[in-house]
Amino acid sequence: MKVRFLIPLGIFLLMTVLLGIGLTLNPRDVPSVLIGQKAPKLLLPDLFEPNKMVNSESLLGKVWLLNIWGTWCPECWREHEFLNYIASEEGVQMVGVNWRDDAEAAKKFLKDKGNPFIAVGFDPESVAIMDWGVYGAPETFVIDKKGVIRKKHTGPLYDSVWEKDLRPLIKQLEAE
Amino acid sequence: MFKSFLLIATLFLPAMSSASIEIIEFEEPAKEQLYMKLINELRCLVCQNNNLADSNAELAQDMRRKTLEMVKSGSTYDDVVNYMVRRYGDFVLFRPPFKNTTILLWIGPYLLLGGGITLMFLIILTQTKKKNNISDEVDYQRVRKLLTAHNESDNNVNLI
Repeated sequence: MKVRFLIPLGIFLLMTVLLGIGLTLNPRDVPSVLIGQKAPKLLLPDLFEPNKMVNSESLLGKVWLLNIWGTWCPECWREHEFLNYIASEEGVQMVGVNWRDDAEAAKKFLKDKGNPFIAVGFDPESVAIMDWGVYGAPETFVIDKKGVIRKKHTGPLYDSVWEKDLRPLIKQLEAE
Repeated sequence: MFKSFLLIATLFLPAMSSASIEIIEFEEPAKEQLYMKLINELRCLVCQNNNLADSNAELAQDMRRKTLEMVKSGSTYDDVVNYMVRRYGDFVLFRPPFKNTTILLWIGPYLLLGGGITLMFLIILTQTKKKNNISDEVDYQRVRKLLTAHNESDNNVNLI
């Protein structure tokens, strides 16, 4: 008889554990299937010179970052200063993809706030976005010397992520 | 005159605002069906509980356009699904494939159903056993006597 009274308590505890696990998961954190795979070819018109193409093949043999941004994305404004910092102080090679944006607004943004990119591809129709499996901005990819995607960071880049994940990884990839 | 023109012009405002709804023409009904099936089964990555058909997110619009392009150029269902899965993973599917990581998702409901049915039968069996279980020898004898007496008057009733 005593055991029967414990059944609701048991169910309650089980539910608590399950819901607890559910709450700590982040449904936005979609694992990228592209990690460890060859990066898709990036071929987009240059934001500043639309008749020139930005081609990722010229970056083979280098470790580089690909950053997806747009002036419509508030988090991109927030991370921009940090991108400027890693580009100028840490010597990071970074290519930007300007996604679904107004070209003039994007150029003005970079002129006013500084341009951390070695090249910016203009992607108003999500061509490269879909190739790279991007679903939000900002997103940052790390590509190694062989052109393989090694990491993807979803959301803005900031100090702790950089120190903990990206910088050590880039250092390791540079040595490879 | 100008005022009345403006007034009449406002009548067309609702028509203009609904003009943004996508109107797509297909040469073949099969392609239309395929397109509708695809955008209903592919998941929007921005509004994660919407499919591509329901979502107004910009990425969903672009993914719909890509799906449409592929369907119109003759891609099959598998072509489009593979294209999306290669980029976005199984996450993009509202009908996930059957494999190790999704096995619980597919058979879980049946396990629960089977468990429930088994539990139900176990309970019913123990309950009926309790009712039929006449442990007392005296009771048993009494029942037997009653039944034999009854049986003599009515031959159709069988003994237990």
